[in-house]
Amino acid sequence: MGAVIFHLVFRVLSLALVLAIAPLPGAAQTPPPVIAAASSLRFVMADLAREFKKDSGLDVRLSFGASGNIFRQIMQGAPYQMFLSADEAYVTDLAAAGRLEDSGQLYAYGRLAVFIGNASPLIRVEFPQGYEAAFRDGAARHFAIANPAHAPYGRAARQALRHAGLWAALEPALLYGENVSQAAQFAASGSADGGMIALSLALRLEAARRGGYYLVPASWHAPLGQRMALVRGAGETARKFYAFMAGEKARKLLSQQGFMGIEP
Amino acid sequence: MNWMALELSLKLAAWTTLILLPVGIMAGRVLAWRHFKAKPVVEALLMLPLVLPPTVLGFYMLVALGGESVIGQFYQALSGRTLVFSFEGLVIASIIFNLPFAIQPLQRAFEGIPVEVREAAACCGHKPWRTFWRIELPLAWPGILTSLVLTFAHTIGEFGIVLMVGGNIPGETQTIAIAIYDQVQAFDNASAGLMSAVLLLVSLAAISLTYFSTSFIGRRHD
Repeated sequence: MGAVIFHLVFRVLSLALVLAIAPLPGAAQTPPPVIAAASSLRFVMADLAREFKKDSGLDVRLSFGASGNIFRQIMQGAPYQMFLSADEAYVTDLAAAGRLEDSGQLYAYGRLAVFIGNASPLIRVEFPQGYEAAFRDGAARHFAIANPAHAPYGRAARQALRHAGLWAALEPALLYGENVSQAAQFAASGSADGGMIALSLALRLEAARRGGYYLVPASWHAPLGQRMALVRGAGETARKFYAFMAGEKARKLLSQQGFMGIEP
Repeated sequence: MNWMALELSLKLAAWTTLILLPVGIMAGRVLAWRHFKAKPVVEALLMLPLVLPPTVLGFYMLVALGGESVIGQFYQALSGRTLVFSFEGLVIASIIFNLPFAIQPLQRAFEGIPVEVREAAACCGHKPWRTFWRIELPLAWPGILTSLVLTFAHTIGEFGIVLMVGGNIPGETQTIAIAIYDQVQAFDNASAGLMSAVLLLVSLAAISLTYFSTSFIGRRHD
């Protein structure tokens, strides 16, 4: 009996070997290029990739993260073909290090919003007037922003909170998301009572009836210049996508979904 | 449901398990029967991945396999691809963090084979290779099964190292654990819930299989 099961195990193993060596479906052709994009672009990028596919018939793969993390990955040789950063400095630094084709181009400006979930105690509190009192009295306990160490929207949120004179009251209550979309998730799920996140994400959450938002004035923080560039060695599809992103259609979609477009 | 991520996870687990099986059998057998001065050090080193935070391992992997390292540059010269942020890099990382899971059960299994049995086989004129194949392996097979299942299940569940060494590239390094994390950040709780349920079932089935078969063997020997 033991021997029978023993041989059965080896049968299963050889089957597993065949499975392991079999390529992933579609791996025979060149796989679509991987485009690395800042988390604030998470939803609009899916729409843009769909429009691009409609126009060109070509696919791209999308990978999202904090711009600072993508920067580090490209420095270490990650196989991305294009980088859409939420911060211009990451792109210019990578270009200076010789990792990119050139220093790319500015394609939009990002905006910040304060998002408040439906069940939050902050839902009836005016921003920014009532926030200091709400956090001092303990009516609200947690407020989410992206980690300023590597997320551009986190840095902008810190500047905006300082500008509004709320930093001292809110700092002990801050929850740091690994990127801006995790900060948005904290605020939407009720783990935090609210959060200062990208307008593009706040719009999406509002449309899903998860809560409401206040637009943060652009003058409260340094401009969130969104810069894109092709990584050295990028292929034909990535080049076409880059041209598409600089075009009229992309500009329109971006301005509808929480970004300020660049005038041509 | 992200089938591409599930398939990638299964493929990674299959590669890791298959490569670690012969390695684990050899290492487990040596550690069970041989005595040498450095043995406690070797055993400690092999257990390290069990206690180290995945981020520490991930960091060292990035240093050891990254574009600046000797291994990374050698691989790049050979294949034109980087080792980190690729499937091959994930397999290497997986093998290292699964060493204790693969070797431990095998070492215990070989320790459980009485020395008299091996001596009897030798007295009967069996060559060492034949003894190994016909006597030792069948006796050690509950350990082999446990080692296989633990390695497989643990690879499917690994998150931290995969995120650090692999990034988050669909079809290349986005395993199902990473895909779940990604879906939660995309506010897509329905997909995350479904994928989590699939993982829960796969893990439960794998662990139940080992418990069932080892208890079955134990009863038979009583």
